[in-house]
Amino acid sequence: MLNRLTDALDFQARALNLRSERQRLIASNIANADTPGYVARDLNFAQALRDATGAGQPAARLAASQPGHIGAAAAAGGASVSTLQYAMPSQTNLDRNTVDMDRERASFVDNTVKYEATLRFIGANVKTTLSAITGQ
Amino acid sequence: MSMMNIFNVSGSAASAQSQRLNVVASNLANADTVAGPNGQAYKARQVTFQTQLMGANGNDPTAAGVRVSNISEDQSVGRRVHDPKHPSADADGYVTYSNVNAVEEMVNMISASRSYQNNVEVMNTAKSLLLKTLQLGQ
Repeated sequence: MLNRLTDALDFQARALNLRSERQRLIASNIANADTPGYVARDLNFAQALRDATGAGQPAARLAASQPGHIGAAAAAGGASVSTLQYAMPSQTNLDRNTVDMDRERASFVDNTVKYEATLRFIGANVKTTLSAITGQ
Repeated sequence: MSMMNIFNVSGSAASAQSQRLNVVASNLANADTVAGPNGQAYKARQVTFQTQLMGANGNDPTAAGVRVSNISEDQSVGRRVHDPKHPSADADGYVTYSNVNAVEEMVNMISASRSYQNNVEVMNTAKSLLLKTLQLGQ
């Protein structure tokens, strides 16, 4: 019974988790704007959300069979490395850094707004459920 | 809470940029120093950044911070000025100044300051998002 009440919240919570992962990824790109040889990465959000909610076929996963391997899943329920993609450099740099600051800042703001939207969806969902419980 | 790591990522970048700014400051301060008692003039310094993975085990590719991997000295020959009356002049009457290029350092300073500001803005945004998340359901 209780999980039926929270099922609708579950989807939004996963989306919120992925949004915060993407926020951190873009923050890493901005942080490494001056690091030589750094390759900018971004998340394929639609594919990551499909993987996280179990809709559609999950993408092929990397297996961490040796102690030195970087873990395939960043965190439980988080984005896996397979959904991370490399950014195409629009203007190549002498030090092989592919961070495009204009694009990163635009993505950062875009992700911020969408994170807040998901927060409001959850808040409205909670309010709807509460008003149904109190029956007023 | 994966957003908490943003403060580590952007904080490490801000700290690396401030170290770069520090090096620029010491280069500019020594732009006009002459060769000391050892005959060696000040050499311009340059920081090199390196990606440092963060996260719980320090291997999370989505949380990439920055650290200063080394500070290298520019080995080019310093500016030599003919001034026989100068107390630091050598036998031929030349004074060796440091090899700091003031224009390069100013450009470096502006670049470091902009990158620092970018990281501060990222931290401010992450902070306001986290505060809004804490107020969820109220």
